[in-house]
Amino acid sequence: MEAFGLLLHGFAVLLTWKTLVLMMVGLVLGVFVGVLPGLGGPNGVAILLPLTFTMDPTSAIVMLSCIYWGALFGGAITSILFNIPGEAWSVATTFDGYPMAQQGRAAEALTAAFTSSFIGSLVAVLLITFLAPMISSFALKFGPPEFFAVYLLTFCSFVGLGREAKHKTVISMSLGLLLAGIGMDTVSGNLRMTFGSSELLRGINFLVAVIGLFGISEILLTMEERLALRGHAASISLRVVLSVWKDLPKYWVTLLRSSFIGCWLGITPGGAIAASFMGYNLAKRFSKDPESFGKGRIEGVFAPETAAHASGTAALLPMLALGIPGSGTAAILLGGLMVWGLNPGPLLFVEHKDFVWGLIASMYLGNVVGLVLVLTTVPIFASILRVPFAAVAPMIVVSCAIGAYAIQNAMFDIWLMLGFGVVGYVFKKIGIPLAPFTLALVLGNRAEDAFRLSMIGSGGDLKVFWSNGLVGSITTLAILLLFWPVIDGLLGRVGWTQRTRATSR
Amino acid sequence: MTANLIWQLMSQTDLEIVVDDPTAPEEDSPSVVSSGTIEIFVCILLLALAATLGYDNWRSGASWDSTGPEPGYFPFYLSAILGGGSLYGLIAALVAHRKAAETFVTRAQARRVMAVFVPTLLFCLVTQFLGLYVASFLLIASFMRAIGKIALWKSLLTAFVFTAIMFVTFDIAFDVIMPKGPLEAAFGH
Repeated sequence: MEAFGLLLHGFAVLLTWKTLVLMMVGLVLGVFVGVLPGLGGPNGVAILLPLTFTMDPTSAIVMLSCIYWGALFGGAITSILFNIPGEAWSVATTFDGYPMAQQGRAAEALTAAFTSSFIGSLVAVLLITFLAPMISSFALKFGPPEFFAVYLLTFCSFVGLGREAKHKTVISMSLGLLLAGIGMDTVSGNLRMTFGSSELLRGINFLVAVIGLFGISEILLTMEERLALRGHAASISLRVVLSVWKDLPKYWVTLLRSSFIGCWLGITPGGAIAASFMGYNLAKRFSKDPESFGKGRIEGVFAPETAAHASGTAALLPMLALGIPGSGTAAILLGGLMVWGLNPGPLLFVEHKDFVWGLIASMYLGNVVGLVLVLTTVPIFASILRVPFAAVAPMIVVSCAIGAYAIQNAMFDIWLMLGFGVVGYVFKKIGIPLAPFTLALVLGNRAEDAFRLSMIGSGGDLKVFWSNGLVGSITTLAILLLFWPVIDGLLGRVGWTQRTRATSR
Repeated sequence: MTANLIWQLMSQTDLEIVVDDPTAPEEDSPSVVSSGTIEIFVCILLLALAATLGYDNWRSGASWDSTGPEPGYFPFYLSAILGGGSLYGLIAALVAHRKAAETFVTRAQARRVMAVFVPTLLFCLVTQFLGLYVASFLLIASFMRAIGKIALWKSLLTAFVFTAIMFVTFDIAFDVIMPKGPLEAAFGH
């Protein structure tokens, strides 16, 4: 019940004209970047981050998270109307969404997508409201070994559970951790890996890297493809909205199941894509009539959208409670926290109550406002696609450069951004995942500090990571996850996992 | 004017939305380089990077002293992991290379990517000498004209309006100061 009181306080923080206006601006910008080809959640947040540098942290995070909700909503528009998934987790939405649009039921599909996004996020936000304070107060007892064990768990689960080739995830992660270490060593004050360059003294800023990796590289990738598109225009009338909503109770099992899958997978890193496919596949599997999926069935829109948004939102739970982002976008928001001078981690709930509860309240409010906004303005946003990419591309480049420069007022950072753009382009094309890189870059210093502090505390004995039940079980779990593919293979040989594997396909 | 524009957009909604791409890359363009070759190249680069960083960390101390791990300890072992990963990647790519090659980029695609990359590179250079806003105007106007084949007056107008909005938003409203050049100096900024 304490959470409820604090949440009300959060709403009180939010309900000023200034914050509400920022929220609207954030949502509109978010839908805008979500609809534009070649941009999406993490890119949009990364590019627009500099706008918030001079704001107070609460307004800034409210605006940024609204950009994120907006981008999530926007992704559904292009998936359904144009069969172009803006993000990997929108792919499953196109399976039934686009056929619906072709049958002239675009308005219905869009309403279903927006509504289920709203429901998915709502369930995840409820989870955050009640679970995050508990986890963070539990985590307040953590010492350096426990924190290092949790970081290790995050990194290991990326390697063990990721879909990419394992060595590529390892490369991406160790490169990120190494680059994070460049510059002044925080414990001893010595310089590392600077090779005498005064520009490298500051270290490689996480946000500069992200703007290059996601913004610039995405422009390069988008240009590679044929940008001509053909799709259906749609406007949503109140009648359609009401008729879809009237049928909602019929699909409560699908919605609940997808929300649950989303929340569960969202907390583990990189889960949104898996969640959307799993939500879709399970809905199909449990349906009485699985053949009709893929031909324009409304459940085929409900299931993946609910799961994707539940997981996108749930990814913020570990970020808020432990300071560990569950997705690329959460990592960027975490980078933002540091720019505004907040120290992410469990202390956030104690030291910055206004900020945390303002953010959580903004998730509720942002989703409601976002839902109304997209339902009423879809035609305008769909028309954004008429703007030629040749006009949009250079504007995005300029925005990226402004963002990169603004972080530390350094021209060198603009060059660094360009370099990371090329790296991101090449990595994406040869299948080296960028999410572990981003995560490693933002967590690198804190992981190293935690490791060194625990080592200093124990006098260099690695047994400190098994010194009590809590840290021991986290470390063991981390190592189990790291070797999960091997273990899974062994169990499979015995015949254990055959069944689970069949269901997940 | 805005209301009019919105009305225009709304009234078009019954139509299909069709956007053409005048300079689209051809579908059957020949491959310039295969993914496998690039993978080998990247792995060699990463291996070299791992060796350089590993050496630097070893130099600054990668063992233990009386207070605990030395500064290079953590990154030294990371370099080792990066080196191991890239070596594995190199071998895997070399083995896979003998089989059918997947295209990394076709010639038409490469031309298009260069059509964005080169202007972006020039934009960074111009920013260094003439300031960000002049560079931004030049980039947008020339890109729209040359790549998008959009009418000159539209390109110039869009570039000017966008740059002006950025200037007002960042330098004036939000106090985020961007690099400036001789033009801004002439106006006293």
